[in-house]
Amino acid sequence: MASIRIGTGSAWWGDRVEPARLNAERGDLDYLCFETMAEATISAAQVRKRRDPEFAGYDTYLDDRMQAVLPGCLKRGTRIVSNQGWINPDGAAERIVHWLREFGGRGVKVAAVSGSLITDRVLAETDTILENGRKTATLRDSMVSAEAYLGAEPIVDALRQGAQIVVTTRVADPSIFLAPMMHEFGWDPLDHARLGAGSAIGHILECGAQATGGYFADPGFKDVPEPWNLGFPIAEVDETGAATISKVSGTGGAITTMTIKEQLLYEVHDPANYLTPDVVVDFTTARLQELGPDLIRVSGITGKPRTPTLKVSIGCAEGFIGEDMFFYAGPGALRRAELARRILEERFKIIGLKAEDIRIDFIGVNAIHGPASRTDGPEPYEVAVRVAARALTRAEAFKIGREVDGMAVSGVGMTGKRVPHQDRVREVIGVWSSLIPRAKVPWSINMYES
Amino acid sequence: MQILLHNAAHVRSGDKGDTACISVIAFSDELYEVLRQQLSATQFKAHYNGVIKGEVQRYEVPGLGALQFVADGALGGGVSRSLCLDNYGKALCSAILAYPIEVPDRLQNQLRGV
Repeated sequence: MASIRIGTGSAWWGDRVEPARLNAERGDLDYLCFETMAEATISAAQVRKRRDPEFAGYDTYLDDRMQAVLPGCLKRGTRIVSNQGWINPDGAAERIVHWLREFGGRGVKVAAVSGSLITDRVLAETDTILENGRKTATLRDSMVSAEAYLGAEPIVDALRQGAQIVVTTRVADPSIFLAPMMHEFGWDPLDHARLGAGSAIGHILECGAQATGGYFADPGFKDVPEPWNLGFPIAEVDETGAATISKVSGTGGAITTMTIKEQLLYEVHDPANYLTPDVVVDFTTARLQELGPDLIRVSGITGKPRTPTLKVSIGCAEGFIGEDMFFYAGPGALRRAELARRILEERFKIIGLKAEDIRIDFIGVNAIHGPASRTDGPEPYEVAVRVAARALTRAEAFKIGREVDGMAVSGVGMTGKRVPHQDRVREVIGVWSSLIPRAKVPWSINMYES
Repeated sequence: MQILLHNAAHVRSGDKGDTACISVIAFSDELYEVLRQQLSATQFKAHYNGVIKGEVQRYEVPGLGALQFVADGALGGGVSRSLCLDNYGKALCSAILAYPIEVPDRLQNQLRGV
């Protein structure tokens, strides 16, 4: 039975680059795929572009990633599919052409896929905000950008046109990995059984090391060999959509039925109905089989017909968060932290802080699980007091850091402090979701050649 | 015998907007059945003691020995709006590891960390 080898190049913008190089050089891959966006990536890129016209608008690590993988991919003839194009896929394609020429790759076709950005028409073409049932029109004044999640079809289109490298704007994560299967095996876009199986394999690959022992180790309960040297996953997929998951030999980490189960269920909400632009995936019939060390067979996954709409993310400017922290240690640390909290609460009243929300945590006690934290433990040796507030203006959010500054000489005894730094305020781009009919989101492809 | 969920299952958190998706995966089929009976959506929400503001939905995946909990209003309004240090709620799943479970003694060899 025909099969292809697809490997992960990145699972998010900040991911490590070295495992991508390893996959390119030693993975014997037909396709190397990169996922580089978070929910707010597009909106953040739009905001940055407005402030800094020099900002290229594509993955800020594009150069690092392409320099690492292009030599290996050119040598093996590995095709690349990547959503590093963000708000400027054409710019990214031109930059990739530059690197191809640097590495002696001539006549290589690079496709730029656009069409996801719908800021200009989103309010006319969408109706309801999924999270709260209000009209999307209510976001008119705060909206920064809006984009639809494209599926695999535009990538398949580009591959069919002969692209060796496809760089896209916003495409749903599993679709980046599904597209090569659809292209190579000639799967019909409405063949929901195969697209369901293939999307599930894409879902395993899209999170990179999360399938190979990353975000997994729990000493004494779930141990992972060499967790400092994780390889990214590789799927050998057959024409039914079943696959064997592996990684480059000699890398650390582990691929077991446990790592694959965690990743299969990761962020899918209802496991029988995982919505993607291409298909509704049903994971509940998955069969996992251990063929050997770091070698897991995944089969039996299927799908249901895709929905008539695409998901839309709408990024809105919703103000600013101010944040800072300071420290206590030794006997009585928690009591000093509690007094410091009282001082801050009173100070916020005195200065009339106008905040939408305020949170004061004790790191080491309750900062992560809040009221679900255990309260019957021993007194902590160290406590960090962290204060954060969300406000409508930057000036108001900045007051959080200024009040923490005051804790240095006007606060509690034995207070440890950081040197004041500049990034104590960050902008909030809230993300809302809606749905748009597929026909309202046409894609376009520009072809470049090295 | 009384144990913690930590001894019977492994967990992973994911996020989407203000919704946390927490997978609880049993170490064996028999432990899955124990968890299915002893950890309802209501008990799950109660364990989080106010962190989860909205509804909790539980999905059963016997084929993978897993319970999937989808908790609305668990992420402080969503990743970018949240004032929680752990904006994505990636460590949120670990709270349920402390949930007490009663298992038959004969399942002891299927547990971890005891």
